[in-house]
Amino acid sequence: MQTSHAMAEVPGPAPQALDYLNADYGIRSWLFTIDHKRIAILYLLMITIMFVVGGVFAAAVRLELLTPQGDAFEADTYNKLFTMHGIVMIFFFLIPSIPAVLGNFCLPLMIGARDLAFPRINLLSWYVYMVGAVFGTFAIVAGGVDTGWTFYTPYSTTASQTNVIPAVLAGFIVGFSTILTGLNFIVTVHKMRAPGMTWFRMPLFVWAIYATSLIQMLATPVLAITLLLLVLERGLHIGIFDPALGGDPVLFQHMFWFYSHPAVYIMILPSMGVVSEIVTCFSRKQIFGYTFVAFSSLGIAVIGFLVWGHHLFVSGQSAYAGMLFSLLSFLVAIPSAIKVFNWTATLYKGKISWDTPMLYVFGFIGLFTIGGLTGLFLAALGLDVHLTDTYFVVAHFHYIMVGGAIMGYLGGLHYWWPKITGRLYPEFWAKIAAVNIFIGFNLTFFPQFLLGYLGMPRRYHAYPEEFQVLNVLSTGGAPVLGVGYLLPMVYLIWSMRYGPRASANPWRATGLEWTTPSPPTTHNFEEVPVVTQDAYDYPAMEKKVA
Amino acid sequence: MSGHIVSRKVYFAIFLSLMVLTAATVAAAFVNLGALNVLVALTIAVAKATLVALYFMNLRYSERLTWVMVAAGVTWLGLLIGLTLSDILTRSWIAGALG
Repeated sequence: MQTSHAMAEVPGPAPQALDYLNADYGIRSWLFTIDHKRIAILYLLMITIMFVVGGVFAAAVRLELLTPQGDAFEADTYNKLFTMHGIVMIFFFLIPSIPAVLGNFCLPLMIGARDLAFPRINLLSWYVYMVGAVFGTFAIVAGGVDTGWTFYTPYSTTASQTNVIPAVLAGFIVGFSTILTGLNFIVTVHKMRAPGMTWFRMPLFVWAIYATSLIQMLATPVLAITLLLLVLERGLHIGIFDPALGGDPVLFQHMFWFYSHPAVYIMILPSMGVVSEIVTCFSRKQIFGYTFVAFSSLGIAVIGFLVWGHHLFVSGQSAYAGMLFSLLSFLVAIPSAIKVFNWTATLYKGKISWDTPMLYVFGFIGLFTIGGLTGLFLAALGLDVHLTDTYFVVAHFHYIMVGGAIMGYLGGLHYWWPKITGRLYPEFWAKIAAVNIFIGFNLTFFPQFLLGYLGMPRRYHAYPEEFQVLNVLSTGGAPVLGVGYLLPMVYLIWSMRYGPRASANPWRATGLEWTTPSPPTTHNFEEVPVVTQDAYDYPAMEKKVA
Repeated sequence: MSGHIVSRKVYFAIFLSLMVLTAATVAAAFVNLGALNVLVALTIAVAKATLVALYFMNLRYSERLTWVMVAAGVTWLGLLIGLTLSDILTRSWIAGALG
């Protein structure tokens, strides 16, 4: 086993060739750019700001839960804090994170295209996101919203006195940004692959982004309809969901989760794509079972649409529908498990190196497995009655969405950072941060499994004293996790100016993006590449070196 | 394909059909058909949407990939409605089973 996999540096003063970063200067060149790489940077900037905002709300929640008494915030304020944490993190950070940043930057490069199919629609998607962000910010500044990020009716349409409509419109608008991005990716993958880049030569990250885009296109319109109906009921008292007006509140939950459960796969599938890229590169092996990994992405995308009713087991949904959704929920574990087993098999007898992206991948595999398996607990009808609305659920989805999705995002960000900026980050600090995040994450969220199993409900600002020890552990983990997230923000920004310059292919990786200079030129490829090999032919590359 | 040119005659015929179907919706609203009320209204609506998609959106003359995309959309709508009905239509069964 190799202990380190030193990144290749280019010695001496850097050549000042024109790339996408220095091809033009000034704020206008950024705000009116139609270059997919610059738009990725615009997204990176915004989602990082949103991540910090969502993180501040999370810190406030953990601070309140340090003691059993509700002493830091009023109950109503606490309701607003966890609601805004959820809305900001899900709609404004997690959903756009990998697709809009890494997907935008890498997808055209990976399939040998000069840009996405619709560059102007790509820029439009960022502006739509910004309009959504303005509504979201207004909802926060005007006093917040307290419905939970799920906006459940009839509370959201009849009782809540907070800024429900601006918050709902924020989700409604930002959804269209997602649809535009998904549409762009689907058309690009179908129409703009380089000669020789057949479907089964595409990198698995592209397959994952493609599957994600299908979900974005098919699910997000339903969210838009649902949120619009909510606004109509709240604003104009048209009875859709409120029983007093002849509506059905469970119908809201059906429609909301028809989008929001697949939305979890919008978050996790791109991360799985990142893992496939990194695990092959840092074990110097071809992926084990390419076709299975590729089709499991589509399998997750399709089956992921059939499981939403497991959010409604105790909501008054018919027991028969509950049985059906329980069975279907178990099925979605199969394609997820295929991926985990295939990544593990890829590691077998590989020349594994422990660079930062790989540390995140190991973190992902472990944490996602825990998150996925506890999902099976919740899919079991009887057990869910005990666990529903407890901290067990909170721990489960954070293992998926933070332990899984964010680990993948950070792994991918480090992996492609030399390509994005043309600079190398400090490996030592990056490793410290990765380990820090892993420890901090588990310290924060593992106690929550125990708390939930013992019966601590979610969404309360006070709790019985016997739960304090585990809550103190959880709150103690939060700053460790926070420092872990802060470190990359510091050293990645530092590396943009002071980091050593990166060569075109610092990881000795396969893939067309690594054949372009770091950073790439505005049009990516001087000549359209012709693909003659399968993806991840690391054994051939290793033979050449030997 | 998108290059196909549809004659004005066809467009006017479709427009006329849509107007007739709208009138049919209004007329049906004045007749109490009991449980069939919703079925009739939705059938007319689906017929109108199909005409709009086929002719005004040129689906009839589009390539196969476009048909696949539309079929996916319709299938997913079916999933939404079908699985939601699996709840709504069976809610009373438990009460019935318990007598």
